[in-house]
Amino acid sequence: MQALAADGYRVVGPVERDGVIAYADLGSGDDLPTSVTVEQSPGRWRLHHDDSGHRFGWTPGADSWKQFVYPAHQEVLRIRRTDGSFVVTSPPPAAQPLAFIGARDCEVRAMAVLDRVVLDPLHPDPRYAQRRDGVFVVAVTCGVPAATCWCTSMGGGPQPAAGFDVRLTEVHDAVGHRLVAEAGSDRGAELLLRLEMGAATTDDLAAANGVARAAADGMPRRLDGAALPALLQGTDHHPNWEAVAERCLSCGNCTMVCPTCFCSTFSDHTGLTDDGSAPIETVREQDWASCFQLDHSTLGGHAVRATTKARYRQWLTHKLQTWTAQFGTTGCVGCGRCTTWCPAGIDIVHEAAVLAGLPTAAQPPNSQKGSSA
Amino acid sequence: MGSLAEPLPITAPDPMQPTPYRVVATHPESADVTTLSLVPVDAALPVALPGQFMTVWVFGVGEIPISVSRMGVAGEVLLTVRTVGRTSAAMVGSAVGDVMGLRGPFGTAWPVAAAAGRDIVVMAGGLGIAPLRMAIDALVAAQAGQVTVILGTREPAQLLFGADLDRWRAAGASVHVTVDAADRTWNGAVGTATAMLQRLGVHHDMAFVCGPEMMMTSGARAVIALGAQPHDVWVSLERNMHCGIGHCGRCQLGPHLLCRDGAVVRWDTVDELLEVRGR
Repeated sequence: MQALAADGYRVVGPVERDGVIAYADLGSGDDLPTSVTVEQSPGRWRLHHDDSGHRFGWTPGADSWKQFVYPAHQEVLRIRRTDGSFVVTSPPPAAQPLAFIGARDCEVRAMAVLDRVVLDPLHPDPRYAQRRDGVFVVAVTCGVPAATCWCTSMGGGPQPAAGFDVRLTEVHDAVGHRLVAEAGSDRGAELLLRLEMGAATTDDLAAANGVARAAADGMPRRLDGAALPALLQGTDHHPNWEAVAERCLSCGNCTMVCPTCFCSTFSDHTGLTDDGSAPIETVREQDWASCFQLDHSTLGGHAVRATTKARYRQWLTHKLQTWTAQFGTTGCVGCGRCTTWCPAGIDIVHEAAVLAGLPTAAQPPNSQKGSSA
Repeated sequence: MGSLAEPLPITAPDPMQPTPYRVVATHPESADVTTLSLVPVDAALPVALPGQFMTVWVFGVGEIPISVSRMGVAGEVLLTVRTVGRTSAAMVGSAVGDVMGLRGPFGTAWPVAAAAGRDIVVMAGGLGIAPLRMAIDALVAAQAGQVTVILGTREPAQLLFGADLDRWRAAGASVHVTVDAADRTWNGAVGTATAMLQRLGVHHDMAFVCGPEMMMTSGARAVIALGAQPHDVWVSLERNMHCGIGHCGRCQLGPHLLCRDGAVVRWDTVDELLEVRGR
């Protein structure tokens, strides 16, 4: 981290804060959560401490890396009225490139999914491109999946396969407790060489792969994610939409914690002037939005999806089905956030399985009744 | 998916940035519909194809998507707008010299080239004629197969683009106008555009349909009932196209981002979706 900071990066990563794992600016390795484990289930997220000394024994919280490259609120541009026209200025770009410490495979893939949307070749978002450009990713292999995890069903995990500069795997075996680091890019290799750590042995690498294998074997939820786009075809009138709508609060939590959700609102704010003269400047801003908002989609001034049923159907089918047609990739990376942070404990894996007619190892919804995250 | 470590150069201009255009003429079309003629203050945006839309930003009021009614010379853009909300009211009420901000053009175009040598019916409901104007211009200019234009409107006073109708007739098109409610000045047909098509009872190889969603549904079905293939029927769908670039997610209809994959879409890709309430 010190080397990255010295190279000019703004280093962000996990911290234990207010009882959760949050992503924030890091000063040194001491800021990383230590001896922390996390318990997750539908509608529940709890942080526990042990005496393991592990740095990456936790699973992610509600935060995702999206908030750094595609912030929840941002200034897009300013439009200033001039004599007979107007001029547009852009906010200054971020001074430092970002370095992400501890990104899991689902999160690395989520960044690539978001890239497909926001950096589409026809209309790339220059603000996103500027923040995303040159992000240094220190990824981490997941050792212990959460009960809501299903990355292996959505084409990934638990060991990041691409999209990182350095991959760390925390190994704690008879040999000892250590981090095995592997380079995924030239600059990652350059960094590791500069740090002059001891060279990993073949046993170290085998142990690292063993960690990933054990995590994959222990993945609690499984569903044939690749088959979902086809299987969800023709389910528009499935009775399960009504059943989910009876529990769904339409709160939008799932969309706010999702690392790939991109829906947003653009709004113009025209300030009043001190002296009562006509305003001359408008600030255009962008904020995260949600398909669970009543006014998300309108036709002729009226809400298109007036019911919770219609909004939940939009959310699930977009994520697991229509995203593929729109962007050539699935919209879900299997991180489980939407299930964990749903106040009603609605389990996307279970609902998708019911709709698609697939067997699932997922627990029934509301199995943690009476608890809340 | 490309490597995350690859640099991502910023190659395109900011798609959210409005470009200044000045109102050089206003053409009142009916009591609440006006066509604005706008020319670029500095550089012009790309030329809009028939059926594409642009967003219009009015300082301190708002920004709305509007179909391009026609392109003139030297980057002139004609936009036909009805007073519905604040921004459209500000546009209708604008004066020569006013400056607005345009973005675009966005979305798909009517597949005019695919109509070569084929009989085509163009059905418009109300203001739906505006996004079809350039397409009809191109169809009659190409003198492909028989071009039939059916324009349905609520009442005679709301009939738009009378001079265009005469010009299209003179160019060989078969033009039919029908109103929902006649008054004593009206000697023409009464009824919907779909009813007019059914009365004509003629097979067409292809159709462009634009109007209220219910009108497009009935119109598309009527064209197909007369023998057209569903994949030869095209409609122009509308949702709140907020950003125009597929980044706000609001204009989704199943697999379509209508601002990007529409507004002009093939009927057989949307007919089932339009059947589902709240889709």
